[in-house]
Amino acid sequence: MGKSKTKNKPRKSSEEITSGADILVQSLVQLGVKIIFAYPGGASMPLHQALTRFRDQIRTILPRHEQGCGFAAQGLARSTGQIGVCMATSGPGATNLVTTIADAKLDSVPMIAITGQVHAASIGSDAFQETPIVEVCRGITKHHYLVTDVQDIARVVKEAYLVATTGRPGPVLIDIPKNVQLDSCVPDYDAKLNLPGYRFESPQAKPEQINQIAAAIKRAKRPVIYAGGGIVIAEASAALRTLVQKTGIPVTTTLMGLGAFPGTDRLSLDMLGMHGSVYSNLAVDQADLLLALGVRFDDRVTGKVEEFCKHGKIVHVDIDASELNKNKAAHIPVCSDVRQVLEELNQIVEPPENLSEWVDQCLQWKAEDPLTYDRQYSGITQQSAIETLWKLTREMDPVVAVGVGQHQMWTAQFYKFDQPRRLLSSSGLGTMGFGLPTAMGAQAAFPDRLVIDIDGDGSFQMNIQELGTCYCEKLPVKIMLLNNQHLGMVMQWEDRFMQGNRAHTYLGPIDHPEAVGQGDGQGPAERYPKFVEIAKGYGCGGSQVKKQADLEAALKEMIAYDGPYLLDVEVPYQEHVLPMIPGGHTVRDMIRK
Amino acid sequence: MRHVLSALVQNVPGVLSHVAGMLASRGYNIDSLAVGTTESPYLSRMTFVVVGDDHVLEQVRKQLEKIVTVVRVDDISAKEHVERDLMLIKVKAAEGKRSEIRELCDIFRARIVDVSPNNLMIEIAGQERKVEAFIDLMRPFGILELARTGRIAMVRGLQRGNGDTGSIQRAASAPTAK
Repeated sequence: MGKSKTKNKPRKSSEEITSGADILVQSLVQLGVKIIFAYPGGASMPLHQALTRFRDQIRTILPRHEQGCGFAAQGLARSTGQIGVCMATSGPGATNLVTTIADAKLDSVPMIAITGQVHAASIGSDAFQETPIVEVCRGITKHHYLVTDVQDIARVVKEAYLVATTGRPGPVLIDIPKNVQLDSCVPDYDAKLNLPGYRFESPQAKPEQINQIAAAIKRAKRPVIYAGGGIVIAEASAALRTLVQKTGIPVTTTLMGLGAFPGTDRLSLDMLGMHGSVYSNLAVDQADLLLALGVRFDDRVTGKVEEFCKHGKIVHVDIDASELNKNKAAHIPVCSDVRQVLEELNQIVEPPENLSEWVDQCLQWKAEDPLTYDRQYSGITQQSAIETLWKLTREMDPVVAVGVGQHQMWTAQFYKFDQPRRLLSSSGLGTMGFGLPTAMGAQAAFPDRLVIDIDGDGSFQMNIQELGTCYCEKLPVKIMLLNNQHLGMVMQWEDRFMQGNRAHTYLGPIDHPEAVGQGDGQGPAERYPKFVEIAKGYGCGGSQVKKQADLEAALKEMIAYDGPYLLDVEVPYQEHVLPMIPGGHTVRDMIRK
Repeated sequence: MRHVLSALVQNVPGVLSHVAGMLASRGYNIDSLAVGTTESPYLSRMTFVVVGDDHVLEQVRKQLEKIVTVVRVDDISAKEHVERDLMLIKVKAAEGKRSEIRELCDIFRARIVDVSPNNLMIEIAGQERKVEAFIDLMRPFGILELARTGRIAMVRGLQRGNGDTGSIQRAASAPTAK
């Protein structure tokens, strides 16, 4: 059985009769939780009252929407690797958390979501603000609790923490009726866990499996490493770098894996998949050995899965047994903590004989078809804005959060991440509105670091209210808003696959020609809404930039600003994210222009 | 391929809903699902009959094991095991047909549990094939109502793998002793 790591922390005398709400907060404190993102309401008021009593030990941040709570908690969790905690009231408060819970599940983010619930006696009566949130969330949590007895709270919080953070991490929901928060008992913080079906120990590869992998590497002629979020979660980035040093095998990463291997390294083939580089996709297609580490063969990576790495031998290492052979059969499936595999492999691995020809081929592909864009454009393109930001900030070790859409993919392509936990992206669920609240959570965890939200105007408006949180809670997030006045990614698909028929992808007034696809490619002289005025209305700094010549100075001003700041960057809407492999296709169907 | 999976689960609210929801949302087809308590008050047993190739079965098993309240899953169809299905069936028994039905009941070791002027209620337990055969034989008389439990199963003898509850029982204790 797992043990709490907090044995030596001071605790209240367990002789004292304590309210359920206080037990919950005390339990979080004992688990080392320093920040909670919480939005109060009728059914969670006792919990908030308790939080004020623990002010010195736990900071409560009040976002402006419950979705902001959930994503801020994720921002903290994704940037630090520690658990993120959010809280909301019953009913609408709880349902507003649902998207963030589903998001945490798909990207394996350790999170505890606490919801108030109506009085236990009213459950099932369609009471005011009642939702059966545990029922709603069953399929999108790693585990969930409806606490009906105050005596269970201390144990449940400890279990939730352990389940959320061990094995493949994920979100755990704790739903607590108001009367249970108000009830009291003598708490037992060392209560025995009741998880007979849960394995706390990470699975470990057997020595013969390590030998098999080493042998496959030795024999390989065209090996490629395909590394994902599992490397980041397992803190295996250093071990991965050692493996590459020892073997010289080129590396491509998923969106979740960016930073697990330095994007600036010679052997980095950058991201693979639908909007991945030409060279990574060609390399995987031609590979005779694919080392799939902490990945899940997502459809955005594989395209037509039968054709993916069709002629290669596949080694698949994942901590979650159900990922092995799920989408793609592996020749060597290994259910294990990926760091253990890499560290043991590094002890015995020998480089393949004569790899240079293959590496040269990969580097040639990289040189022939680099990730690029139109550098002659008179205004500012999205790609140049991101590349300029990268050049300005690469030495500052910033955390970068993104929304979802074109700007997310361009960030993946043009901001080179050299360390893990620097890019925060809603990768599995693809939730618009993710960027700002997630950046806010990371900023709360790292008050002195530069935290940037690279956002699109569509995504940004889905959680624009969090500007208020950034200002009021003193979270100096910098927002680089790539404003093309459109829902760019959907528009790109319209252009490519639907003859450019604009179907509700223009975010300006409906009487503009762009609303029906009759625009000139630039958009109106003034964009809608006036983002800088909105930012200033919230108390944040802000300015607008339209010319490439002014971009660098504007970015420097943003970075230097003392407080949250929005830089509204006017960008064209005819830019497409390239290359692109249409869904369900292969590298041979890649669109490059 | 037909597989019988036996799962020990924690006896807490919502487990059945969780398991059923997972199976439905992932599109797995379940032929039969039976749930009941075990000798431990903290554990229940679910028995599934799943039809699918090995790939489907492996996924079902792994996804079941991922559910935190699922303690253990075994595919017992590969082992020597006993499988039973209980059925109650109500058939028309017009004048002159009763004795014929009684004879069939004897052959199948079924029991008549209720008699009314125009129909009989019969209880039969056994393997799926036997129960199915009995249904076919009753059809000509006219089946009025039918209820089945779904399959339950257990491995023979002392073979492990049917989830002997001893050690697990000790682990799965009452959350709060009051």
